[in-house]
Amino acid sequence: MTDIYSQQKRNRRLTIILIAAFFIILGIMGYSIDSYTYGTLKATGLPVATIVALSLASINGLVAYYYGDSVVLFSLRAQQLQFENPLHKRLHNIVTEMALASGLPMPKIYVIPDPAPNAFATGRDPRHAVVGVTEGLLNNMSREELQAVIAHEMGHIKNQDILLMTVVTVLVGTIVLLSDWAVRAWKFGGVRTRRSSRSKGMHPLIILIIILFALLAPVLSRIIAMAVSRQREYLADASSAEFTRNPAALANALEKITKVASPVSRAHKGTAHLFISDPLHRSLDNKEGLLADALSTHPPIEKRIERLRRMAYSYGGKV
Amino acid sequence: MFGWIFLGVLVVLVVWTIVMYNNLVTLQNQVKNAWQQIDVQLKRRHDLIPNLVNTVKGAMEFEKETLSKVIEARARAVGAQTVSGKAEAENMLTQALSKLFALVENYPDLKSNQNILQFQEELTSTENRVGFARQFYNDIVAQFNIKQGVFPSNIIAGLFGFKEGEYFQAETVAKEVPKVDLSLK
Repeated sequence: MTDIYSQQKRNRRLTIILIAAFFIILGIMGYSIDSYTYGTLKATGLPVATIVALSLASINGLVAYYYGDSVVLFSLRAQQLQFENPLHKRLHNIVTEMALASGLPMPKIYVIPDPAPNAFATGRDPRHAVVGVTEGLLNNMSREELQAVIAHEMGHIKNQDILLMTVVTVLVGTIVLLSDWAVRAWKFGGVRTRRSSRSKGMHPLIILIIILFALLAPVLSRIIAMAVSRQREYLADASSAEFTRNPAALANALEKITKVASPVSRAHKGTAHLFISDPLHRSLDNKEGLLADALSTHPPIEKRIERLRRMAYSYGGKV
Repeated sequence: MFGWIFLGVLVVLVVWTIVMYNNLVTLQNQVKNAWQQIDVQLKRRHDLIPNLVNTVKGAMEFEKETLSKVIEARARAVGAQTVSGKAEAENMLTQALSKLFALVENYPDLKSNQNILQFQEELTSTENRVGFARQFYNDIVAQFNIKQGVFPSNIIAGLFGFKEGEYFQAETVAKEVPKVDLSLK
């Protein structure tokens, strides 16, 4: 079992690797476009595409670091709390309690109008952290269960998972979005030859980029899975138990979350790894073994519940 | 040659002492901060109680004794100064409050009263906050005390006269379950 300090160190290292990889990928892409248009780079000329690609990477990197949480919140249509609503007031109270239990500063709180119960944390450090929950979570959970879920999210903040997860979301999200688009263009545009003359089709350069993105897609989802890893969720579950001293409540909450079949409607591959339970309900999550470990963003929920219940016994608490 | 080795060892010792000392001071400050957090939450609880008592007073004519116990316990908690004194007074208050809420269950009007429900949520949250702040405080105190106890940091702690942190004891009194007279119904 990894402890929180090695986890923090690992997170920092992975964030740097990820940003470096992002620069290299975009740099190579820019360079290949340049060498394509100029023949070889020896034939002078300003490497326009390389410069454009690298500045794009820098902008994207800065956005990911400073505004990653806003990007995530915007893409999920998150809303601010309304204190007239007793459920929102209760949520605010519970987050305050968990901030005290974890010794962390109070995070910002947002609500996502979605009936599927789920929650996530984002931001760059404990001072700039955000906790988001769906309306479904507020409506379906008891006070104790909601507390346990929030404690899990505070665990992600304390373990410094949030920066890495947010950077993954923005950087890789950009590429996944582009590659989704590329695959679609490949399927429905590039290959289809409605007009017999190929010359009237796409510019070969664009086809090249499309192929590149199409090839990148599976590699990237692999990177997300590696960076996010199942260990992270187990550790946050353990943090939740440490803060609430009530692992059984989180086990119950996870059980309730799985029982609701509908996936979170605005979540997609780019944001799925942020949530406490996979919002897309992908079947791979429920499998074990080397392949599932490497490719899934979340551990099987039964396994998590089982671990929590075992903790509950050792705490001597009720199950 | 020996001079250099001696100097090297001396430098290492000084640096090590500084690091250890700073660690201890950091922990000491964390203990203070954590204690302030408890204080803030206790104050919040003290501020909530007069409003609560006013809200239930009319409907709970017969429970004057319970109400006055709550008020009395609050006054004592506000006046308490030391860590152990506060812990004791706050535990009394916790007990008095939980008895009051157990009695509220007997009054259907009160139970469905929106104000009371809100108060109940606020008080539950305050109780939890006190509890979690205390949990965090005690964890930090434990870290601080362990650091002072184990070798080699105990040498530095002794040298600079660090004192052990005092735990905020809660369980001793609060474990008693409030008795509710069911014949009232």
